Amino acid sequence: MAMRRIGSSSGPNNLFNICRGLSTTTPWLGSPDETKILRNGTTKSMNLFTAINQALHIALDSDPRSYVFGEDVGFGGVFRCTTGLAHRFGKQRVFNTPLCEQGIVGFGIGLAAMGNRAIAEIQFADYIYPAFDQIVNEAAKFRYRSGNQFNCGGLTIRAPYGAVGHGGHYHSQSPEAFFCHVPGIKVVIPRSPREAKGLLLSCIRDPNPVVFFEPKWLYRLAVEEVPEDDYMLPLSQAEVIREGSDITLVGWGAQLAVMEQACADAQKDGISCELIDLKTLIPWDKETVEASVQKTGRLLISHEAPVTGGFAAEISASLVERCFLRLEAPIARVCGLDTPFPLVFEPFYMPTKNKILDAIKATVNY
Amino acid sequence: MAVLLRKSRGALQFVKTRPGLPGILNSRIFSCSSYHCKSNNTSRNGYTLHSSFLGLPGYSVRFQASLHSKALQLEDHDYSVNDQDWDFPGGKVPFTTKIKFTADSSEDRIHCYRILDSSGHQILSNTSEMISKELAVKLYSSMVTLQMLDTIFNEAQRQGRISFYITSYGEEAVNIASAAALSNDDVILPQYREHGVLLWRGFSLQEFANQLFGNRADYGKGRQMPIHYGSNKLNYITVSSPLATQIPQAVGVAYSLKMEKKDACVVTYFGDGSSSEGDFHAGLNFAAVLDAPVIFFCRNNGWAISTPITDQFRSDGIAAKGQAYGIPSIRVDGNDVLAVYDAVRKAREMAIKEQRPVLIEALTYRVGHHSTSDDSTKYRALEEIEHWKTARNPIFRYRNWVERQGWWNEEQETELRKSVRKQLMNAIQVAEQLDTPPLTDLFTDVYHDMPSNLKEQERSLKETIKKHPQDYPSGFVV
Ligand SMILES: Cc1ncc(C[n+]2csc(CCOP(=O)(O)OP(=O)(O)O)c2C)c(N)n1
Ligand SMILES: [Mg+2]
Repeated sequence: MAMRRIGSSSGPNNLFNICRGLSTTTPWLGSPDETKILRNGTTKSMNLFTAINQALHIALDSDPRSYVFGEDVGFGGVFRCTTGLAHRFGKQRVFNTPLCEQGIVGFGIGLAAMGNRAIAEIQFADYIYPAFDQIVNEAAKFRYRSGNQFNCGGLTIRAPYGAVGHGGHYHSQSPEAFFCHVPGIKVVIPRSPREAKGLLLSCIRDPNPVVFFEPKWLYRLAVEEVPEDDYMLPLSQAEVIREGSDITLVGWGAQLAVMEQACADAQKDGISCELIDLKTLIPWDKETVEASVQKTGRLLISHEAPVTGGFAAEISASLVERCFLRLEAPIARVCGLDTPFPLVFEPFYMPTKNKILDAIKATVNY
Repeated sequence: MAVLLRKSRGALQFVKTRPGLPGILNSRIFSCSSYHCKSNNTSRNGYTLHSSFLGLPGYSVRFQASLHSKALQLEDHDYSVNDQDWDFPGGKVPFTTKIKFTADSSEDRIHCYRILDSSGHQILSNTSEMISKELAVKLYSSMVTLQMLDTIFNEAQRQGRISFYITSYGEEAVNIASAAALSNDDVILPQYREHGVLLWRGFSLQEFANQLFGNRADYGKGRQMPIHYGSNKLNYITVSSPLATQIPQAVGVAYSLKMEKKDACVVTYFGDGSSSEGDFHAGLNFAAVLDAPVIFFCRNNGWAISTPITDQFRSDGIAAKGQAYGIPSIRVDGNDVLAVYDAVRKAREMAIKEQRPVLIEALTYRVGHHSTSDDSTKYRALEEIEHWKTARNPIFRYRNWVERQGWWNEEQETELRKSVRKQLMNAIQVAEQLDTPPLTDLFTDVYHDMPSNLKEQERSLKETIKKHPQDYPSGFVV
């Protein structure tokens, strides 16, 4: 039995193109402003988990060969992201799996390799490690090792990540850097409800396996006007979400809100910060970051994951390569500590607004 | 190009000459020139692997023999031509001309061992030698204590005094009776719903409270979420949230006890949900192959958060899987204190005397929500919960029995509850007032010795705290 393939080159019989055909009618949104000019233009105020839920409804509705599965997704998931899906699309397309992450991802790879959209949920990013082999050795290399005869591009793995204030070691981790070391998968992290919906739909429809980390701290907390329509936001395209001239800040996910506050406070001290949301961590948009650093001459990167070996290190190295002569100060990293994520010490572990603000000042006054 | 080619050939040659690998690279895997032959016949693993590759008839490893690591005796092997059966590694396999698949499970489900009926009447008569009055009463009072501990700590979470809690409601018998059948030298690798085992071993209510409040007296130094208890003194290895990881670890611990010829075994607890993880299967197989004295104790409580066991597996529960791995297994009524006690006592005896793993599947029910973050009425029927909470309540059932023995009465009940309640309230008060752990505990224990990057981070954090004290909770000694 031959596996059908999706997402390979552009032949007319290519299944991916047939699937993709569904999405060609949906607008790509280049910037948040464009959301306002959607055809019917209706938006609704909603939180992040509702936006994710909407994206999943749209994904299942727009492609009959899409599936949602994972631990406890049948009743709506422990974070309510899959609410109503099993009821609407049936238990054969939305279902509980046995409690086994390697099984979830391995199953998803097989399902995707047959030309389906496999949308897998890992209950917490902290529990993605049993599936590490399936992601790193299998999903990421499925296309390459077969000479593009096969691929599992229809696979999207969703997992809530990051601090929540009381999660301790195993309900708080930000494991993105592990996956950024793996050619063949994409890693995407949204910062807000509107971003989450548009990016998730892009990930689901992207012809590559994607790991999509959702900032669980923001599931209920972040509320935003979100277009009701089916829309997608481009992958591998960073966004300047605040323009400035003295220093560039780069981040993603929940950390952007903290960085935003630091930028606002720095402004009071007369420092003009440019803030970039990277959105897709691999393959990442170096050009946008480079253009900004060429303008400001300074760079600060911030993430919750431990500083050593974190993705900030990669950004920093790349930007030194590209902007060495333009840099006016060492690149600053404000990140989590090199410890396991601690419970009572969480406030001390975190890359707080004031840690960022201090680093902004130190960099500008270098 | 040429250079590359030469280089890669060089690499291949290097690999070829490495000991241990020729079996793969020179495709002599089926021949005796592989390294297996270097091992003498007493090396069980080496020989078994080699012989199974050969697929040679004529020697037998009895199924049971694998439990005792007996050296294979070549003389016993029968090399005569025989078309009735094959001597295949693992024992004789008879031939059949009937094409027949095994059933997906046996027609009759594996029976469930019990001593007390639903109303606490004794079905088996000979319990007197098994259990003394003193033990019987301690079992009862510990179950009541466990339930009260859960009620009060759960309430503390509701009041926002602690961040999280998990109860063992409905599984009091599983917790207490299994612990009672063990010795304190037996090492426990828990999941997270087995704090009754710690209670039985003498973890004080104060020690429980200290962990839940993450204060200075918490052995885990406030680093983990509530209910992640651990006690070196009580041979209870610290709880870790990732599921099933403790199961293969338990086999390693058991192997160590075996090598040291200890009069002790290991008990690892896990849920029906965890039995789906790869680590469960790895652990069972390792234990069987390595003849490790470990008891796999599955609390089959019907649910893994919202996932019912019907979505979890189609086997006859967990007991059937134990058997598939070559591990003697038993199913027991997890709400029958005496049956659980008896099953664990016998399992322990087998594990230690025979140096082999044993699996126990206790049928029970998670009467409480999964945790304080869960509302189980969203996914299961109230009547179901109510039925297990009342008609199948393990404490009510056992109380009927102890009362019928004349070993317990209302007066003792009132006295016990009053005293436990007082101790618990006191423990909470004390725990709440104890300081948080010192800040340096954030950085210690990552490694045996603190590396320079952490020293630097500690210094810089202290400066930040000095500069922005308002960002940090008070009470931490910096
Ligand atoms: C590897 C891993 N995946 C997922 C989880 C999230 N999780 C915590 S408890 C649980 C259900 C466990 O059910 P079961 O093993 O039956 O134990 P019970 O809660 O019923 O005692 C899940 C899915 C986890 N802790 N670890
Ligand atoms: Mg369970």
